[in-house]
Amino acid sequence: MSDLWRQMAVARAIATKDLRAEVRGRQAVTTTLFLAAVTLLVFGFALGPDRARLAEAGPGLLWLAVVLSGVLALGRLHQSETEDGAFEVLATYPVSRAAIYAGKAAGGVAAMLALGAVVIPLTVILYGVDIGPALPGLVVILALGAVGLAAVGTLYAGLTVRLRAREVLLPLLLLPVVAPLLLAAVSATTAVLAGDPLRELAAWLQLLAGYDVAMLLAGGLTYGLALEE
Amino acid sequence: MATRVLGISALAAITAATAVALFVVPADLNQGEAQRIMYLHVAAAWLAYLSFGVTAAASAWWLITRGQRADAVALAGAEVGVLCTAATIWAGMMWGRPVWGTFWQWEDPRLTTTAILLASYVGYLLIRRLTDDPVRRATRGAVIGIVAAINIPIVHFSVVWWRGLHQGPTFVSPDTILNPPAPGQFVATLLLMLGAFSLAWLWLVITRYRLARLEWAAEDRARRGRLVPLATAPEAGS
Repeated sequence: MSDLWRQMAVARAIATKDLRAEVRGRQAVTTTLFLAAVTLLVFGFALGPDRARLAEAGPGLLWLAVVLSGVLALGRLHQSETEDGAFEVLATYPVSRAAIYAGKAAGGVAAMLALGAVVIPLTVILYGVDIGPALPGLVVILALGAVGLAAVGTLYAGLTVRLRAREVLLPLLLLPVVAPLLLAAVSATTAVLAGDPLRELAAWLQLLAGYDVAMLLAGGLTYGLALEE
Repeated sequence: MATRVLGISALAAITAATAVALFVVPADLNQGEAQRIMYLHVAAAWLAYLSFGVTAAASAWWLITRGQRADAVALAGAEVGVLCTAATIWAGMMWGRPVWGTFWQWEDPRLTTTAILLASYVGYLLIRRLTDDPVRRATRGAVIGIVAAINIPIVHFSVVWWRGLHQGPTFVSPDTILNPPAPGQFVATLLLMLGAFSLAWLWLVITRYRLARLEWAAEDRARRGRLVPLATAPEAGS
């Protein structure tokens, strides 16, 4: 039991360190918040000024903005570790690899939630999507999506962080893997905004939760391999 | 020697199966000549899935034993698998245009899943090319090979639900071709093609495996300075 507590303390320390660095202006995530906002604006230009069309495409564009800027944010959260050999030092600590992974992933979840907090209100403002009573449902979907994205994104960011081509390679590897998450999150968002007329929301939430569990397990078991190189 | 016999038999078998599929078996009444694409399509698809299964298993084997053989099997599986997947999708599109009326059917779970599969393993091959260190290359590849394999059933499920929860598509499922009511000739031809393709698959995997081992042995010699790598060889005339 005390071992589990110690592992959680390690994870918390790593996540806190990442967030503190962010707050003090390392700008791994902050810049991607603006990128997400600009992406939503540009989607609007690509689809034209038709309000009904924009509102209909809203859930898809919302998640596309979260995923695209989220991938960049997760990559940059790892990139800061490569400076001054921080990653190597982290790897020499006598703590469990799964705890390090949990810490990095928790920082990633916080970053993804921040992205959602920017993107959801902007979708309402720019595309005229009516949220109304759907807000609690949206928060649940965002939370599940954030965990899944951070779970697999943290693992892949760890694998690619030492490669020179990482900026291209990380999205290239990650986007096919997050395809089911994107599909489920968009479908769930569409359902919850429409008041769930087909009673399909629960199924999509289950799929998202299952994806989260599978990717967290895969990450917890294999992330250490990325560190030990 | 045995591999050469295998390769020649594979070539002969594919030629024979193709001749049967094109000239001996009659075409399907509803789908016309386009149905003949099915023999190639189904055979390639089955081998694509087999290849990635082999890659996932070999990746796990590498993570446990750290043996170079395991990594060579994983690489061979992935490369042949990408080839088979591309052939599957291409053949499927050529069939889909005349029969479904469209190259691409978003709500078809197999098509969508296969496309994701192709994208995942192209990424696998790309990340392998970016590292010279044999251990890093194999480890990164192994993690990606395993995560991609875990992901595939989830992708498949999600697209099945997507279809089920929207209005179902009205095209005839390719399954119906293979159902028991399908004439025995079609099934026999498909089995013949499957056998021929499996021989070719085995030959490709073995050959790629050997090539990988030779390549790495050469890399190893170059690293130890017994062989001058091309990149650092002195230029002619200097």
